[in-house]
Amino acid sequence: MTLSEKILARASGRDQVRPGEIVTCKVDLAMMHDSGGPRRVAPYLERLGAKIWDPSKVVIASDHFVPPPDVDSAEILALTRRFAREHEIESFYDMQGICHVVLQEHAHVLPGMFAVGGDSHSPSGGAVGAFMVGIGATEMAGVLVTGEIWVRVPESWLIEWHGQLGEGLAAKDIMLFLCAKLGMSNDYKVMQYAGSAVTALSMMERLVLCNMSAELGAKTGIIAPDAWTLAALREGGHEVGDDALRWQSDAGARYERHLEFDAGALAPQVAAPHSPANSAPVAEHGGVRIDQAYIGACTGAKLSDLHMAASVLKGRKVAKGVRLLIAPASTLTTREAAADGTLATLVEAGAIMLPSGCGACAGYGAGVLADGDVCIASTARNFKGRMGSPGALVYLASPYTVAASAVRGTIGDPRDLLAMKAAA
Amino acid sequence: MSGAAPAPRGRAWVFGDRVDTDQLAPGYAMRKPLEELAKHCLEAVRPEFARDVARGDIVVGGEGFGIGSSREQAAQALRFLGVSVVLAKSAARIFYRNAFNIGLPVMIVPEAGQIADGAQLEVDLAAGLVRDTTSGREYRGEPVPAFLLEIVADGGLIPNLHKRLHGKPAA
Repeated sequence: MTLSEKILARASGRDQVRPGEIVTCKVDLAMMHDSGGPRRVAPYLERLGAKIWDPSKVVIASDHFVPPPDVDSAEILALTRRFAREHEIESFYDMQGICHVVLQEHAHVLPGMFAVGGDSHSPSGGAVGAFMVGIGATEMAGVLVTGEIWVRVPESWLIEWHGQLGEGLAAKDIMLFLCAKLGMSNDYKVMQYAGSAVTALSMMERLVLCNMSAELGAKTGIIAPDAWTLAALREGGHEVGDDALRWQSDAGARYERHLEFDAGALAPQVAAPHSPANSAPVAEHGGVRIDQAYIGACTGAKLSDLHMAASVLKGRKVAKGVRLLIAPASTLTTREAAADGTLATLVEAGAIMLPSGCGACAGYGAGVLADGDVCIASTARNFKGRMGSPGALVYLASPYTVAASAVRGTIGDPRDLLAMKAAA
Repeated sequence: MSGAAPAPRGRAWVFGDRVDTDQLAPGYAMRKPLEELAKHCLEAVRPEFARDVARGDIVVGGEGFGIGSSREQAAQALRFLGVSVVLAKSAARIFYRNAFNIGLPVMIVPEAGQIADGAQLEVDLAAGLVRDTTSGREYRGEPVPAFLLEIVADGGLIPNLHKRLHGKPAA
């Protein structure tokens, strides 16, 4: 069996499962945020007269309406706090950052877990070797009441990236490339990422691969745990034994497709409006004038992302007429970026710092766009109207490429800026 | 099954591939109540839709219908506006699950691309059949599994759970 099949077999209490089977799984962890969580599920629990099956398996993070820009948002956050208190949810992160990143920082998701999240980017949990899927609010209410959910066992695809990514390249480039290559309608598949270029990635970079499996239309993404996984979990405060490494695909596991790519041949990618699938090497969009550069979101503003941006921005200034907005993915990210000097580099360059949260990526928070605005963002999606006006044009790229474009004032390749620095 | 199996019939509103959740339930309207949010449903691609769609009408999509966010309001807005079923070549899995959970059926119809905008359709979910009474054509889709039809007949997952917990679906 593949890693995913092993997890689903364990969670459904079977010796084995096959793709296509519908099984009922016990949920090891359920994650909710302020938008799709308590405000939506509380009325259902009340109607059903039911309690949460196991509050110790529930994590709540307020990250959408934060900090509240209006009274409606403030009321949603107040309701979220009341819900966490009344239902005795101890793992409640109030305005501490974006749920997927907070979950990983605090090592809530472990190898071999079957987890659900009330957000479409919940596949992020696959970075540690868990099977984590996104669900909607009504379904979350069902999980909270029963502790179970039905799942169709997906076909597994093995996506291997050999070699190593070049300087100025990131996990985001891999995913934008795959969105263009595979399209966005790979429904009901699980993407398992492997290969030397994948295992060389930090845990937060691995999160990007699993996170943006959502953009491929996949059910989820997953990466088998290794020594780095365990180190990250231990750093997050979780006592995890070496036996967690047993969560691997069998040697003879059957994959529906096996795709192999050369990481060394990959160029920085840019997705044109209005779809991540409109990705192409940065040269094809070079010279497009921008009004805004945005470094934010779960997939694009973790410490590793801020490091990428800082490596380009160090000693440089944001171009006149361009606004560079940066919303670190979590308060821990901000603390660490302050401690290691990254924050100083970003603001010296002219970046405008925003609070941690989903923010403008989802059109909820500060930094949304006006009609006709052109933006390049390190976020996961550029659907029409998502980041503000339907008349805005949003390009997607890695934090390296977003930062390089902010310096130039036009979309451009980060590699020559990085090389110039190395030569200086 | 507690309710009658739904037999949707109505006018087809035809959309293209990858109608996403930001089109169905735009982020800027997400803090508003459903009746307000629904007025913005699909306005980025078809501004007259929310105003002109009638009870029972049928939304027809291409590949990847409902891709994007897990926001259930994407399906709820359609149901609130009176849409009786979504027919699509393929559907994003969270949207697919959400739709049934809130009582809106989705049927996968590989030939959905041949349905003309404005056609009158009759849909048999259990049989996986679409009858186009305007053109006289018939399209074969994937029959909807019985346990999902039961959830729709009960009015969604919550009434269905109420039935399982308390013996009757009315919650």
